[in-house]
Amino acid sequence: MKRSWIVPVVAALVLLALPPVLSPYLHDLVVKIAIYAVFALSLELLVGVTGLVSLGHAAFLGIGAYVTVLASGDSGGSIARILPLAVLAAAGYALFVGALSLRTKGVYFIMVTLAFAQMAYFVFHDTKLAGGSDGLFLYVKPTLVTLSLDDKRTMYYAVMLALVVTYALLALLQRSRFGHALAGIRVNEQRMRAAGYPTFRYKLAAFVIAGALAGLAGFLLAVKDGAVNPELLSWHESGAVLLMLILGGIGHLRGAVIGAIAFTLLKELFQLEALLGPLASHWQLTLGLTIIAFVALLPKGLIGLRRRFAAGAVHG
Amino acid sequence: MAESSTPRREGNDGALLRAVALTRRFGGLTAVDQVSIDLHVGEVHAVIGTNGAGKSTLINMLSGELPTSSGRIELDGRDIGTWPQPRRARAGIGRSYQRTTIFPSFSVLENCRLSAQAAQPRAWAVWQAAQTCAHSVDVAREALAAAGLTDQALRPAGLLSHGGQRQLEIAMCLATKPRVLLLDEPLAGMGAEETERMLALLAELKRSHALLLVEHDMDAVFRIADRITVMVNGAVIASDAPQRIRTNPEVLVAYLGEAH
Amino acid sequence: MAGGCAALLFDGLRLTQADSYRIAAVDLATFLVQCLNAVQYGLLLFLVASGLTLIFGIMGVINLAHGSFYMIGAYLAFALAPYFGDWFVTQLIVGVLLAAAFGYLLEWAFFSFLYQREHLQQVLMTYALILVFEEVRSLLVGNDVHGVQAPPWLAGGFRLGELMSYPWYRVFASVACVVVAIGLYWVVNRTRLGMMIRAGASNRDMARGLGLNIRLLYRIVFAGGVALAALAGMIAAPLSSVYPGMGGSVLIICFVVVVIGGIGSITGALIASLLVGVVDTFGKVFFAEYSGVGVYLLMAVILVWRPEGLMKRAY
Repeated sequence: MKRSWIVPVVAALVLLALPPVLSPYLHDLVVKIAIYAVFALSLELLVGVTGLVSLGHAAFLGIGAYVTVLASGDSGGSIARILPLAVLAAAGYALFVGALSLRTKGVYFIMVTLAFAQMAYFVFHDTKLAGGSDGLFLYVKPTLVTLSLDDKRTMYYAVMLALVVTYALLALLQRSRFGHALAGIRVNEQRMRAAGYPTFRYKLAAFVIAGALAGLAGFLLAVKDGAVNPELLSWHESGAVLLMLILGGIGHLRGAVIGAIAFTLLKELFQLEALLGPLASHWQLTLGLTIIAFVALLPKGLIGLRRRFAAGAVHG
Repeated sequence: MAESSTPRREGNDGALLRAVALTRRFGGLTAVDQVSIDLHVGEVHAVIGTNGAGKSTLINMLSGELPTSSGRIELDGRDIGTWPQPRRARAGIGRSYQRTTIFPSFSVLENCRLSAQAAQPRAWAVWQAAQTCAHSVDVAREALAAAGLTDQALRPAGLLSHGGQRQLEIAMCLATKPRVLLLDEPLAGMGAEETERMLALLAELKRSHALLLVEHDMDAVFRIADRITVMVNGAVIASDAPQRIRTNPEVLVAYLGEAH
Repeated sequence: MAGGCAALLFDGLRLTQADSYRIAAVDLATFLVQCLNAVQYGLLLFLVASGLTLIFGIMGVINLAHGSFYMIGAYLAFALAPYFGDWFVTQLIVGVLLAAAFGYLLEWAFFSFLYQREHLQQVLMTYALILVFEEVRSLLVGNDVHGVQAPPWLAGGFRLGELMSYPWYRVFASVACVVVAIGLYWVVNRTRLGMMIRAGASNRDMARGLGLNIRLLYRIVFAGGVALAALAGMIAAPLSSVYPGMGGSVLIICFVVVVIGGIGSITGALIASLLVGVVDTFGKVFFAEYSGVGVYLLMAVILVWRPEGLMKRAY
């Protein structure tokens, strides 16, 4: 299995070497893609590894983002204080949602996770707690000793570090006993219970870890954008991250990253007036039709496409 | 500390798993009606009955998948009626399913290893790769050896023959080191040779385990069972040694019928 | 009684003096109006939710685009109003027929391919469908918010107490929903079609073996579900105006209703819809800002108590 390490490591190295070469627009784009990759990876733990389709994952992204801004207040703060707060807040809500929604299965689970995300959305959208529908601004970005996330270069490396750490952590989890147990639960939960696994606890643990990692992505997003608004918790955001997973291919960590890249690029593409003329302002239509075509024709995602070619070549 | 009001029956002492007056109702329908059953180490206790007699419901209540409407279940004298299935499994109640529930995409060895891991999950030790966990790998290999599947260890389980998959089903059950085995139609869909192999395995297993066997294959049942309980419409109509069951008039009428 | 409730809650929330005067002014008439509002909202919700739960219960498809049918119904009311003027009931009937035809076509062209797929794919395909519907609506009718007038013969209201009057249109809405609910109950429980629906739900293969045309059955059920949602949208148009995001908000509330009531159960959907109506309406009265959360808290409580919904599959 040595070969499977080469691609991610090479990719990481390339990413680390990129900044000098990138224009400001591309720099911003790469950072955005990396943050969404972290977000997508966090959901992969639920959907791909454990088999839990959550339609409310954006709630944890949003809570991580909002707590980042709220904890920064008017004068900013240390990453060492703000990041753990954001992650813990997201994990805390994940514990609450998970404990309740994991009592349900299948379609119920999908609907309940969506509903709980909507509940969080309403708290941020309707109440005066956090700026209402206008959202909040991040006045001072977090710092750590001499490093400030206000500096674009520092931010870039911080995001890449987060991506690498998330990827490595999930890879480690996957090959561990915990990860194998999750995989078993995905394939046949009944059999796992018959063997003696308290499956509820495993699923809840996965749910909380996924929520925490989404909170990390939320922290990064808040710092990058310098602002947060309730739409971060909307179901459009939850739908988008699920889309990323299916675009890339479910069941592989790489798929989450590939999907994040593909989705973000597609969105940019569909909004380019130069390419699509008047249709560009109705990019949701193009996106919607593309998704339908994609799911209908390539249910295994882009990774599935590569497998098909590879299989053809090997057995040629 | 349950006081038993049922009269002492022959074979009562030393029962590893004891179920007393189990009843299960679904709305207006009584699927299992006051069924009592004892399982002893060294004994194969077969449960037979027509379709819809309540055998699957009975097994599901014993394994913990279905709550009872009333009745008591004791393991080693302890009341386990409220225990959920995973807890019963860890206490030593293993079960195999009528429909094969192996993990087709995992290797045969991994199937058993994953089952064995349940006893020592140490889920928090995330830095260690699952495959290097000595305990689960050793127990898995033992289980595979007992089931005769050692040479198939690295094959994807989905590629095994039907008989092989049924054997794997039993091996996975063994990998949890149970003391009681609840087997739901282990011989389903097997040819003659595979049936022989399975019966030999069961005969070997019964020496150190208590076995409950739900089966339709009458020849196999009469060959291997030490005790047979006959269920009709959810209730027990006879529970005795095989020779006496064979000649029991009620059983002949209700179940064996005109076939013999 | 309303005063008593208010007093209890007031103590619990430690509101300001001004608030206490406001709440103490709640009298019987206001309370009655709120009750009527709650029931009317719940009944409209029931129309939409019954379609959703039927489609899921019988065909096993989770359909995120169901809210879009509600939105389509509302925009349809807006589009048809100029042509029908006073003939409101006729307009409703025409709208329902159009929606049913649309649903029939949509099932044939799109949804029939979803039945075999796993839930995740259904979620994504129907999510994409929402995007498509929203954009097509945007292209056809734009993104403005529109008002729709209630027909003149339903304008105004009747007196309730000294200061309040309750709109006739709201009464009409509730009555219409009750009529539809009764009709639905009758169809499902007392007709051959209903019997086939129930048979198709419990055992597809056997029903097919008995010669039931499952494809046609599914198409009819789907068309019915779309029609129900669109009808709700048409009735709701004069009440809540017609705006782009209306599909999304109703969808998620419907999910809550279905979770509380139990998938596949129409009775459950009715009970749950009314519960949600009460919680939402009275939540707005007492909790203002946080009222949006009330419905989800209700769902959370039900989940703790009965994870499979109040009534499991029960026709």
